[in-house]
Amino acid sequence: MQDIIYDVIVIGAGVSGCATARELARHEGRFLVLEAADDVCCGTSKANSAIVHAGFDARPGTLMARLNVEGNALFDDLERDLEFAFMRIGSLVVCTSDDARPGLETLLERGRQNGVEGLRIVEREELLRMEPNISDEAVAALWAPTAGICDPFGLTIALFENARANGVEFAFNAPVTALSRDGDTWTVTTDRGTFRARCVVNAAGVDADTIHNMASAETLTIQPRRGEYELLDTTAGTHVAHTVFMLPGPMGKGVLVTPTVHGNLLVGPTADDVDGKRATQTTAAGLATVRERAALTVRDIPFRETITSFSGLRAHRAEHDFFIGEAADAPGFVDCAAIESPGLTASPAIGRMVASICGDVLTRNDPAAFAERADFDPHRKGYVNLHIVSEDEWSALIQADPAYGTLVCRCCVVSEGQIREACRRGARSVDAIKRRLGVTMGRCQGGFCTPRVLQILCEEHPDLDLLSVTKSGPGSEYCVAPVKAPRGGGLDA
Amino acid sequence: MPSPAITSTALATYDVVIVGGGSAGLAAAIAARDAGSDSVVMVERDDRLGGILNQCIHNGFGLHTFKEELTGPEYAARFIAQADERHIERLLKTTVLDIRRTDADSNPSTPADSTTPADPTHPIDVCCVNAERGVFHLRAASVVLAMGCRERARGALDIPGTRPAGVYTAGCAQHLVNIEGQLPGRRVVILGSGDIGLIMARRLTLEGATVACVAEVMPYSGGLKRNIVQCLDDFDIPLLLSHTVVNVEGERRVEAVTIAQVDEKSLRPIPGTERRIECDTLLLSVGLLPENELSSAAGVSISPTTRGPLVNESLQTSVPGVFACGNVLHVHDLVDYVSEEAAHAGASAAAHAQALRDANANPPAATPATPDLELPIECANGVRYTVPTTVAPTRMGRSLKVRFRVSGVFENRHVSVYVGERRIYHKLRPMLAPGEMQEVILVSKQLEGARPGEKIRVLLEEE
Repeated sequence: MQDIIYDVIVIGAGVSGCATARELARHEGRFLVLEAADDVCCGTSKANSAIVHAGFDARPGTLMARLNVEGNALFDDLERDLEFAFMRIGSLVVCTSDDARPGLETLLERGRQNGVEGLRIVEREELLRMEPNISDEAVAALWAPTAGICDPFGLTIALFENARANGVEFAFNAPVTALSRDGDTWTVTTDRGTFRARCVVNAAGVDADTIHNMASAETLTIQPRRGEYELLDTTAGTHVAHTVFMLPGPMGKGVLVTPTVHGNLLVGPTADDVDGKRATQTTAAGLATVRERAALTVRDIPFRETITSFSGLRAHRAEHDFFIGEAADAPGFVDCAAIESPGLTASPAIGRMVASICGDVLTRNDPAAFAERADFDPHRKGYVNLHIVSEDEWSALIQADPAYGTLVCRCCVVSEGQIREACRRGARSVDAIKRRLGVTMGRCQGGFCTPRVLQILCEEHPDLDLLSVTKSGPGSEYCVAPVKAPRGGGLDA
Repeated sequence: MPSPAITSTALATYDVVIVGGGSAGLAAAIAARDAGSDSVVMVERDDRLGGILNQCIHNGFGLHTFKEELTGPEYAARFIAQADERHIERLLKTTVLDIRRTDADSNPSTPADSTTPADPTHPIDVCCVNAERGVFHLRAASVVLAMGCRERARGALDIPGTRPAGVYTAGCAQHLVNIEGQLPGRRVVILGSGDIGLIMARRLTLEGATVACVAEVMPYSGGLKRNIVQCLDDFDIPLLLSHTVVNVEGERRVEAVTIAQVDEKSLRPIPGTERRIECDTLLLSVGLLPENELSSAAGVSISPTTRGPLVNESLQTSVPGVFACGNVLHVHDLVDYVSEEAAHAGASAAAHAQALRDANANPPAATPATPDLELPIECANGVRYTVPTTVAPTRMGRSLKVRFRVSGVFENRHVSVYVGERRIYHKLRPMLAPGEMQEVILVSKQLEGARPGEKIRVLLEEE
């Protein structure tokens, strides 16, 4: 066991954990984030709709409603400071029958109560001008101009990199196996050793109940609720201009159709309660449902352009509200749990709230603890985006580092220089590169570039070779053995 | 930041710029030079010429071109040697970013959807990037598109299940084995009986892996007959026709796949026929797609059937001066046909450059000549597509090879060609399959007397 006692250990490096870590970094103290996977953003944070919700959906008075609206408002500053992709494109909740119109009015009223600005109902004629591919059945829609889309990986990675630059430590491949408390000190046992802290934050996503129940007798239950999606090529990316929702039903928000910040078209999700916490497989039935339900709001979606399908698990709780706060029977144990939609939107506000609760815990025993730091640097440099640089800017990059002149990913226009930079900032697997740069996320799905990405990972990380380099951490190696070695001679002999 | 105005004097200007240095690009470059173009350059993104041939170390290449069986690298080497002899310029590790016509000020014009079409006699700007020169521009009288194709990936089939490591396109696995020297798995299921999948079934078996089966959703293979015999039958690898993969298992690495029989008509899995096969690898050989993102951005019209450019008898696309050949035009079965087609495109590109030069030297008379008669080629009744899709009898030379593919397996059918109501070609073929490219040769004499508004039709007839 290490001698040091951390002020706060955050369990889970998803968007909530990383947002919390960055807010903690604004203060004096020693902070550690433990993550079971090999990278940040490996659970719910990586497989969702990537929507920055306006905030009309959650019941007024809930934590969800408050943090949604607060989080949404923080995105502009966050984008400026952290340089990740975010576009406030607005959303439409489409009503497809006159009978259902009262539902729109309810949402409008709820949104006003939640403090959402700019909401109004648009009638079919205007709707058709905004979205020419809207379904023939659409009669009206709720227009929410403050809604947006973001890069959920980019946001989480930016929060992580900025927290780390400000002194927060991160340990990966470190799943937590036990938690215990001795007086004011918590002991956290992981596969990578044992750590101690005065305060523990449970931001473990779908596993947050397991972690909570290690610390508290008041049982928490997280119900994984799977959402399946289809992702279409950028050739279909302009099929809609805004995020198009269906009027919500009892099983969530229905199927949405939205452009992504990468220029693709995203369709989904389903909402199915599943047994396993790793049950992120897609199903034939689920994908068929996605296609059928999407057609209710948007017509002629070119599903022939589908480049991949995926699914994610929402960390659902029966009460359907975020579960944030210090456990009554476990002082110093702070839950940041049941962060389901609109968790991504709320994450900047969640981070603030959780860090503030940690501050309360720490100052209880030491009023001088957790003082604000004068040297906190809120800025983080994003990765180069070759889609938006000018020719001269690109040439200047190449002059400084020729690797920016060799394209590796033709589908998403990513150079060797960016991949090497991602490796230097800590990416160690192909999926880690993908989440940072989009490599293997395009239309060839890695068919062309995977071998080259493997080589670069091995070149940048001397402990990796082609047999040990992985897709997403240990157990996901690409190659199993070298092919038979040539017996002497060879062409060059 | 606005880019500085580009002056034509500062730019390297070529008769023919060829995008791609694989089998198509090489043959096009050689033919363009032999047709009299002095300045020809191949732009290749890899660090060597030869393209995908470099990873095709099996033999069977060159039977038509060289009358012998070569490996892929050997076949490429023959063409590279010819390019070397002719001192044809090449830019390696260089990616083409954009192709567009220059405007009256000699700047790259705004993209294709601009309302005023650019003057087709203006040079074409080819924007490139590499490590030595940064972002730079070439100018060309003619451009040959020779970018090849990519493999369809898992998403195109919507195969449900988990998304672990161990799912590869066949070509990616081929690269890992033949270039990187790494075995991607030990127990393999292959979905799709395209040629690369068949080749990889044999290759992986030779390297000690076990190939459990090749599943093919169609009731026939999409690959060449000889590959089924030499790569599957000779190694006792079962080919399961009308089967597909309906699930992938494994959290980190593939642990098993489930295959099921499909209904021949709907291609939907038949419940109750599922079979789980433990394996660590799923290879996909489920079709190739021409890589036409650059072409589309350049304003080139794309065929929804081939997903390659629509071309005329000179293999010129809808954008004057831009030609296409090889797998970017339509997916071929044999590289020999790619070379032959590409040579035609290269020669046409050279002729176009020469014609522009002549026109600049001797400006044409004020009254434009009557445009050449162009006949559309339509396909029907079992013929899926043809390349080209238009023919100008005055420009086609003495004869023209029309390539096509059929939409199913047909026995004892006649391939027929009509001009208007007149049948000019009719020949019995004992066997026609989608995996094998077909051709008919049109002779210019047969097209004499064709009238404006008439069509050429290529189709299959029972008698």
